[in-house]
Amino acid sequence: MAKQKKVDGKQPAGSGDAELHKSLLHSMLLQRRFEERVAEAYALGKIGGFCHLYIGQEAVSTGSLSLLRPDDYVITTYRDHGQALARGMTPRSIMAELFGRVDGCVHGKGGSMHLFDRNLNFMGGHGIVGGHVPIATGVGFAIKYRGGDQVMICFMGESVVNTGAFHEALNMAGLWKLPVVYVIENNRYGMGTSLERASAIHDIYERGAAYNMNRAQCDGQDVFAVREAMAEAIERARTEQRPTLLEVRTYRFMGHSMSDAVSGTYRPKAELEEWQKRDPIVLLRTFMHERGEIDDAGVQAMDDEVKAVVQDSWDFADASPEPPLEALYEDVLVESTT
Amino acid sequence: MPIITYRDALNQALREEMQRDDRVFIMGEEVAVYQGAYKVSKGLLQEFGEMRVVDTPITELGFAGVGVGAAMVGLRPVIEFMTWNFAVLALDQVLNAAAKMLYMTGGQYNVPMVFRGPNGAALQLSAQHSQAFESWLAHIPGIKVVTPGTPYDAKGLLKSAIRDDNPICFLEGEMLYNNKGEVPEEEYLIPIGVADLKREGDHATIVTNGKMVLVAMKAADELAKEGINIDVVDLRTVRPMDVEAIKASVMKTNRCVVLEEGWELCGIGAQVVDYVQRDCFDYLDAPVIRVHQADVPMPYAKNLERHAKPDVPKTIAAVKKVMYID
Repeated sequence: MAKQKKVDGKQPAGSGDAELHKSLLHSMLLQRRFEERVAEAYALGKIGGFCHLYIGQEAVSTGSLSLLRPDDYVITTYRDHGQALARGMTPRSIMAELFGRVDGCVHGKGGSMHLFDRNLNFMGGHGIVGGHVPIATGVGFAIKYRGGDQVMICFMGESVVNTGAFHEALNMAGLWKLPVVYVIENNRYGMGTSLERASAIHDIYERGAAYNMNRAQCDGQDVFAVREAMAEAIERARTEQRPTLLEVRTYRFMGHSMSDAVSGTYRPKAELEEWQKRDPIVLLRTFMHERGEIDDAGVQAMDDEVKAVVQDSWDFADASPEPPLEALYEDVLVESTT
Repeated sequence: MPIITYRDALNQALREEMQRDDRVFIMGEEVAVYQGAYKVSKGLLQEFGEMRVVDTPITELGFAGVGVGAAMVGLRPVIEFMTWNFAVLALDQVLNAAAKMLYMTGGQYNVPMVFRGPNGAALQLSAQHSQAFESWLAHIPGIKVVTPGTPYDAKGLLKSAIRDDNPICFLEGEMLYNNKGEVPEEEYLIPIGVADLKREGDHATIVTNGKMVLVAMKAADELAKEGINIDVVDLRTVRPMDVEAIKASVMKTNRCVVLEEGWELCGIGAQVVDYVQRDCFDYLDAPVIRVHQADVPMPYAKNLERHAKPDVPKTIAAVKKVMYID
């Protein structure tokens, strides 16, 4: 059942589709340019609190979520800007939330770590490491309860696998055969503690054996590799109602959060530079160049368009009012009963 | 009117609500094949099947979170903790997920679910199995905390809890399950957040909740023999707390005892005393006295356990103290 994926990205599924490639590149570039401006806004004091950037990992969000149906479900951690954008949340609603404004996706109640959009079945944005994994299992349970064929995609960092919540949640998903894909974004560090200093085994996907769960590992810098591994896992969940544990090997190019220097004390600069050579956006762009699917002018046009969208989100957030003070006491409880 | 046990009253509430709404399911340890650790879910597996009556591994944090996830997408889970002592392992899901989800999502995701199970001490279960959690839970905005003390209240409140669109912590009592009381055959609901005057008298008020309602009633019976008539205010719900009911009684009797199962510091009684001093200051003829568990982990030995628990003699003594008798 265990298998290790080795995909070179040169002959991926659907690789003949230039339009698909452009949309993948656009999705990743939007995340990158958006977060570059987030870092700037944070430095200017327009964004407060904890803020965790996703830069370097964009192939994981884009590769995974480009395969979903609108009625599928997505849940993730506090490093959630990338997945929120890849799922289709608007830059405006996210930037306004980061600015703490009323037009934010949760009206200024959540901030960076708690992005939600129920219309897109985007279920957050959770701040306790491991806490959202049982929730994902519960959504899988609900899908099975209703006899549906939706899929729940649950993203998490590799440090989550050491929590009790992860173990409990995956055991039940394996036991009950629930349609959930657990995606471990193995970016090598849980805050400043490396995988090797935190986990007794280093091939994270092997943990799936404990839950009798299909498992695989793939290259998280290659969007096609992510798509191929995810396509198989999603198909298994949708048609067989069986979960998968997918380890995606990636790297964050920024610090853990805005208070952490880019390379930090815990990882050598050379290691960062080595991974930066495999920037997921550059890899896809180069691939498209080589196949004649995009030229320099096309890349420039896309970048200009994305930057304009991000600037618009900034302007929108800046102009949006702060939440009214009476909102403080709203949405603690609902009044209704069934 | 039929007289049934607290256990059967809860069982009826579960069965009726599962018949009424097929989104309602019960999940927890031993709820299905074993028929419930305390038989509250007896017969439900046979009637509703294994998709709606779900045995879990011993994995409180996990299945509490499963309930939250299922509730977020529209099911109505009843999550049974074998005891609230074990629910401590699941507190992250109660506190950080269920209670905060509506707020954190700007009103997008409500969490219509019930966490339920026995709370507080039974007999000689010692330190780790004898804790009353209502004050811990009552501290949290975003949930409601319900503590029925009688079969009638248990059924009517559980039905309301299951129909409520918010997360509810429903605290029962191991020592209450065999208690009997009148429960009507026809359907009824009891609103959450409304106290009940269990007994009327004008000499002093006992404010209490949950399992301590029985203690308060027995104490009131004893005191009546001495000509002392007590108002017993059963809060029934500790969050939200029915402050008006407390005020109405204390303004009438001018003397107040608060009886609770848990520890003293930051307990339910501390909050009741705060309401009383704020709203009834000029009505009080004596300081409010609290009766509660001794400020120690629960011991095993029978005599020590009895010494630690709030009971009828301690309650009677407290009433006499606020009446300046003896």
